[in-house]
Amino acid sequence: MSLSVKDLISIADLSTKEIMTILDQADEMEKIVRSEKPSKRLAGRILATLFYEPSTRTRLSFESAMARLGGSSISVADVGASSVAKGESLADTIRTVENYADIIVIRHPQEGSAQWASEVANVPIINAGDGAGRHPTQTLLDLSTIRRSQGRLDNLNIAMLGDLRFGRTVHSLSYAITRFTDRLYCIAPNGLELPAEIVGDLKEQGKEVIETTDLQAILPELDVLYVTRIQKERFPTPADYEKVRGIYQIDKTSLQDVKPTLDILHPLPRVDEIAPEVDATPYARYFTQMFHGVLIRMAILTLLLEAKQT
Amino acid sequence: MTQTKKKSRQPKTEAKSKELLVQKIQAGTVIDHITAGYALAVMQILGITGREGDIISIAMNVQSKRMEKKDIIKVEGREITTEEINRIALIAPNATINIIRDYKIHEKTRISVPDKIIGIVRCQNPSCITNNERGIRSNFQVVDRTPVTLRCDYCKRITGHDNIIEQLLGQY
Ligand SMILES: [Zn+2]
Repeated sequence: MSLSVKDLISIADLSTKEIMTILDQADEMEKIVRSEKPSKRLAGRILATLFYEPSTRTRLSFESAMARLGGSSISVADVGASSVAKGESLADTIRTVENYADIIVIRHPQEGSAQWASEVANVPIINAGDGAGRHPTQTLLDLSTIRRSQGRLDNLNIAMLGDLRFGRTVHSLSYAITRFTDRLYCIAPNGLELPAEIVGDLKEQGKEVIETTDLQAILPELDVLYVTRIQKERFPTPADYEKVRGIYQIDKTSLQDVKPTLDILHPLPRVDEIAPEVDATPYARYFTQMFHGVLIRMAILTLLLEAKQT
Repeated sequence: MTQTKKKSRQPKTEAKSKELLVQKIQAGTVIDHITAGYALAVMQILGITGREGDIISIAMNVQSKRMEKKDIIKVEGREITTEEINRIALIAPNATINIIRDYKIHEKTRISVPDKIIGIVRCQNPSCITNNERGIRSNFQVVDRTPVTLRCDYCKRITGHDNIIEQLLGQY
């Protein structure tokens, strides 16, 4: 198995076949994680994590993935504040760090930074968030979680709920998931709808985008409910926020009429969009997502590093 | 009465303007089919102030077969370069460039907006890496030609025609 790209910058760079290759590889990786024998698959290989913005969860997930494969990681926790990068161009930092590592994971606030890094670097670059909402391993782990739980990605009724305007994971996911499904439900409070540009792109591709504010009406139809955080700061007054928060909170009562196979996903961290009592229901998939995050990152690391050897 | 007057007058004006426009220059450049109203902008892009001493003729809002109206510029004694043509393309995508030598058209180029624009203008997005990093050149896909609209290769955001003009012309 291999990919046509040397780096992972954006889902848009991947063919649907390549997405499936990555998901298949991730499924394979589970054997390694479950095995009692430690893997030596990437022994001697070094991953550098270069995070210009803190994202402990993502960084730990990559480091865990590398360790599972027998490789090691080096990292600067907060590159922006360290002397490594003071006044130094991103290109120079990349040219330095690539001497210490075989592959680099980068998270950087400026849009297009990961692509620039990949143009400069001789080692593979993985984009772990570049300010433009591109965060391909997050999207891939979302797809992987859905496929593992539902057994497929096509013909599913998938709804995204919450802040669809600023919540960047849903932008990437809406393009990715509609490669497989013909319809997408969007449930958002007024003013936080999915950007018109994205809705336009999807409709142009012949996809049906159903936008509603009524969660309860469509819940019984759904196979997957993807919940995102609604941030207080997005509302003009605290009262406006409280109103919306109540309507869109998922608890046991709101889940009375759902399909038994419903999966609830959330990119985490959550605030109170999903009540803790939902965690124990068979619908909760958000912690499983974190597990799939490690598998997806193992898949990416092996695909990019093993391709490099040949 | 008025109508007849107009009718008899029209050929005269046309002939007169034609005479002005085709007046031959010995050597230099004729830029034709400039988007009407943009001749002065093109002059500014070329850095022609008129104080260089070259003979310059400008005609604006002239009737044209190919376009409703157009502007024309003739510059004696100066041949414009490919780099300059590329810059003009962004604001006058239909222009033709005639390089004149010895009173004859030595070379005629119809401007075509390339598929990619490298450098020349900045990405409109302030958070784009191209606006924050040393040693990186802007790089765009042309997503629309009339008017020219660009999509940044790095941040994928659109830089629109108004912004392009503003960048090329500054205070214009
Ligand atoms: Zn840009």
